Amino acid sequence: MSTVVLLAMTGLGLGGLYFLVASGLSLIYGLMRVLNFAHGAFLTVGAYVGYQVGTHVGTASSWPVFALMLVVGTATAALFALLTELLLVRRLYEREIEQVLVTVGVGIGAVALVNGIWGADSLSFPAPGWMSGTTGLLGAQIPNDRLVLIATAACVLGGLLAFLRWTRHGLIIRAGVENRAMVTALGIDVRRSFTVVFVIGGALAGLGGVLAALYNGSVAPGMGDSLLIFAFIVVVIGGLGSIAGSAVAALVVALLQQFTNYYAVSGLGDFTVVLALAVVLLVRPRGLFRQTA
Amino acid sequence: MNILTVRGLDAFVGGQQILQGVTFDVAATGVTALLGRNGVGKTTTLKAVLGLVRRRGEVMLGGRRIDEERTHRIVTRGVGYVPEDREVFARLTVAENLQLAARTDRSRYAIVDQLFPELRSRARQLAGTLSGGQQQMLALARALLNDNRLLLVDEPTKGLAPRVVGEVADALAVAARQVPVLLVEQDLRVVARLAHDVVVMAEGRVVHTGRAAELLADTSLVQQLLGVHREVPAGERGSDSAPGAPGPGATSAVARSR
Repeated sequence: MSTVVLLAMTGLGLGGLYFLVASGLSLIYGLMRVLNFAHGAFLTVGAYVGYQVGTHVGTASSWPVFALMLVVGTATAALFALLTELLLVRRLYEREIEQVLVTVGVGIGAVALVNGIWGADSLSFPAPGWMSGTTGLLGAQIPNDRLVLIATAACVLGGLLAFLRWTRHGLIIRAGVENRAMVTALGIDVRRSFTVVFVIGGALAGLGGVLAALYNGSVAPGMGDSLLIFAFIVVVIGGLGSIAGSAVAALVVALLQQFTNYYAVSGLGDFTVVLALAVVLLVRPRGLFRQTA
Repeated sequence: MNILTVRGLDAFVGGQQILQGVTFDVAATGVTALLGRNGVGKTTTLKAVLGLVRRRGEVMLGGRRIDEERTHRIVTRGVGYVPEDREVFARLTVAENLQLAARTDRSRYAIVDQLFPELRSRARQLAGTLSGGQQQMLALARALLNDNRLLLVDEPTKGLAPRVVGEVADALAVAARQVPVLLVEQDLRVVARLAHDVVVMAEGRVVHTGRAAELLADTSLVQQLLGVHREVPAGERGSDSAPGAPGPGATSAVARSR
């Protein structure tokens, strides 16, 4: 029983991480029809800049410094996303191949820059001592950092749903995911919402970056790209543009990985996830959910 | 005095030229019907005026050039659009569809409530679950909600039951008392009832302009331009704002336009 609880909770933690990356990706594609391959780079840059500020400030394992790393990582990735949207993606709307190429280019360039500045080796990520402890739950000892991931993802999910449901920007985004041209034909400058969505996606990737560093205990140049692959799988399974779909799919993918790796063969979890993707594409090609919020 | 002036308008869809030098005016009052057989470019003309498709040529709204402007800017200058096939946001509620369309706090919910009381009772219903007629009312309501200078209405009666066609025509008649309308319509009884002027297109060009009553009275011209036979009862000729449903004898040209 305690093993199942432990696997479920670590799976939920990993799912929370997937959700943070996938939700922004899903909104960006849903509204803008942009496959953002630079999303992993937003995450990596956010994590590294957060790490840099945290280790530079002083006692990096204190709570205030950890909070500062979260804020700086989130803000850096949001700024990176803003610049990417304003300077590159905006000029290429309706030109999907060029968009893919430019976001792939930004991703490769940013990771190369990170490599150049901080080196190719992973760097140990400092965190408050409580994070490396555990909390007892139904007989299992759950790592505290997983609880932080679950709580953060739950807050982000609630915040996003509230934003989409209760704000005018949210209303425009939900409508734009369904029919962008008609939103414009109602007199709404939908490009403003594109920028908002891109920045929200970038911020969530940055937040996810710092939390991924917490989860892994280190920062590494390839951390964004490896999470991006699973985030894309989550987005496709959940339904492009659907936040609730991303949340459910993130949990399904992460729990599937955790349980398969433990009860079958270690490493088989990734294969099972790809299998689940194939099944969803065959049975429900548009994903499990179609509603934005 | 014209509210809309279109001169030498070319438009392109998917790299193909659909409109070639389209030129016409829309009067500042009443309904101007844009007619033509299937696929002659009527819908594309409305979209080109709004900038929803690539276009070149001169489009003036109330004497001001709008052909270089983006769609949302043109709409906020006072152009309401009711697209073919309604295009309501199926996954939003009726209230949210209206909320999205309302451009100011002073939006005219009163007229919408008066014309379409059913929408109020269905405010929390998802628009995608409405019937075709109710969706058409919602699409019209979105346009009527704002203080517009011109309405572009694309085949509002397409696929509707005769009773609903009458309700939609009633609503358009009321709207046309307050704002000029450029109406694409296949149902000639609706045209006969509402329109004062007509613009007829063929193969991406304007081939006839004039009074609606005169065109509809000339059955051989109607046959030649629109490909339909129709006798228009004398009482229906000319524009009309009085309510009353078109009868079951309404003649429709072919279905979708491009």
